Amino acid sequence: MRPGRVAAIVLRQLYLLRGSVARAVPLVSWVAVDMVLWGFLTRWLDSVAAPGTTFVPTLLGAVLLWDFFTRVMQGVAQVFFEDVWSRNFLNLFASPITIGEYLAGLVTTCVGTSAVSLLVMMLLAGACFGLWIFVLGAVVVPFLIVLFVFGIALGIVGCAIVLRLGPAAEWFIWPIPALVSPFAGVFYPVATLPGWMQAFSRLLPPTYVFESLRAVARGGSPTYSDLALGGALAVVDLLLACMLFRSVHRRALRSGLIARYAAETVT
Amino acid sequence: MERVLEVAELRRSFGTQVAVDGISFTVGRGEIVGLLGPNGAGKTTTINMVLGVLEADRGTIRIEGIDAATRRGAALERTNFAAVYAPLPGNLTVAENLRIFALLYGVPHAAAKISALIDEYDLVRFRDTRCGVLSSGEQMRACLAKAMLNDPKLLLLDEPTASLDPAKAAEIRTRIRAFAQRGEAGVLWTSHNMVEVAEVCDRVLFLSHGRVLLEGDPRKLPGQHGKATLEDLFLAVAREPLSLAAE
Repeated sequence: MRPGRVAAIVLRQLYLLRGSVARAVPLVSWVAVDMVLWGFLTRWLDSVAAPGTTFVPTLLGAVLLWDFFTRVMQGVAQVFFEDVWSRNFLNLFASPITIGEYLAGLVTTCVGTSAVSLLVMMLLAGACFGLWIFVLGAVVVPFLIVLFVFGIALGIVGCAIVLRLGPAAEWFIWPIPALVSPFAGVFYPVATLPGWMQAFSRLLPPTYVFESLRAVARGGSPTYSDLALGGALAVVDLLLACMLFRSVHRRALRSGLIARYAAETVT
Repeated sequence: MERVLEVAELRRSFGTQVAVDGISFTVGRGEIVGLLGPNGAGKTTTINMVLGVLEADRGTIRIEGIDAATRRGAALERTNFAAVYAPLPGNLTVAENLRIFALLYGVPHAAAKISALIDEYDLVRFRDTRCGVLSSGEQMRACLAKAMLNDPKLLLLDEPTASLDPAKAAEIRTRIRAFAQRGEAGVLWTSHNMVEVAEVCDRVLFLSHGRVLLEGDPRKLPGQHGKATLEDLFLAVAREPLSLAAE
C-alpha cells in the first residue's frame, strides 16, 4: 500500500471541505441540532419523571453515540459520492491506485470528519446539558471503536451498492442508519422487541454498545464479553464489506461500468 | 524499435455484440500510432482495456513488457491518458487536481513538475480556477497536463484536440509530437480529424467492427488503396469495409 495514494484521497476531501461551506457546515450542523433537540427533550422528561430519575445519559448519550455512528457511515459514503458526483471514476480507476488504497483513503478521511462531529457533540452535550460523556468511564472508548468500525463497514456497503446500481441508488444509502436503529435498541432495551427483531439485533454490533450504555447509566458495569462480541462482529462486518466492494468493483470492470459510469447507469 | 505497448489477440464482447475482435498491435518508443475508425469500431473499448478499466475476454496487454492484467499498478504507473469524455473534477482547481493526481501517480518533486506543466499548457491564469468553469479547450489542456504528470511511457489520447480551436490544436499537436520525439514514450492517438492524423501519426490502424482492417503510414496508405486522401480512406472504411478487407 502506497501512503501517497491514500493521501491523495484525503487531500481531495480537504480541498473540497476548504472550498465549500455546503460541505463543511453539515459536518457539525445536524449533530448540533440533534444535541440541542434531544438535550431539551431529556431535560423536560427529567422534570416530569419521578424525582432522581435522569434520562440524560440513556437518551442524550444514546443520541450522541448514534449520531457519531451515522456520521462515520455517511462520512465514508460521502467521500465516495464525491467521485460519483464529479464523474471521476475513469480518471481515478485508470490511475495506479488499488482498491485497498482507495478504501483506506475513504476511512482515513472519515476519521477526521467524524472526530470533528464527535468533538462538537461532546462539547454541546457537556456544556449545555451536563453530559460529559467520558464521565461514564473508559468504557466509552470501546463504545466509540465498535460504532466506528461498524459505521465504516456500513459506509463501504453503501459505496458498493451505489457502484453496482448507479448514482440514483444514493437515496438507498442515506436512510440506512434510520433502518438499523430500531433493531439496534438505541433508545430502548432490546428485550422490548419481538423475538424475530431480537434475533436480528444480536447480529448488529451497536446493539451491544447501547445495552452496555444503559447498564452503565443505571450505575452498573457493561458486560465486557458482550462488548467484545460486538467488536468482533464489527470487524467481521468490515471484512465482509471490503470483500463486497472488491467484488462489485471486479464486476464493474467486467461489465465496463467503471468506464461508462454516468448519471443514469442503473442496470 | 523498442515496444512500449504490445496488444495481442485482444477480444471483448458485450452480450452478443463483439466490440473488439482479437486485435493485435504494438506501439514503439518514440512512435505516435493513430487508432482510427468510425464510431463503434472499438477504439474506446480498446483504450479502456489498456487503461485497466475494462476487462478483456481474452488476449494480453503488455506495457513496457509488464502484463497489465497481473501487474496492473506497475503497468499504470507508466501510463497516462487524456480523453474528451474524462475531464478533471470540476469542483477542484487546476492546481488542486494536479496535486492530487501527482500523489496518485507517485510523481517525485511534484510541485516543480506541476508548475512546469501549468506553464507549458498555458494554464497559469487558471491555476486557481475550478476546472468546472473552464472552457472545454481549457479543460482539455488541464487534462493533458495531468496526462504528462508522471512522464508516461505510454500516453493514450482519445480525441485530444476535439474541443480545441485550430491554433490551440496545432500547439497541442506540436507538443505531443515533441514529447514522442524525445524517444522515451509511445503515443496511441484516436481522432476523427484525418488531416491531424496525417500530420501527427507515424503509423495508423484502421479499425472496423472490432478488427484491424488496415495498417500503415498515413501518408502512403491512401495511395496504396486507390484513395486520394486519408479522409477518403476513412470514408471507405466506414462505408465499405468488406471491399477493403478483400484487397
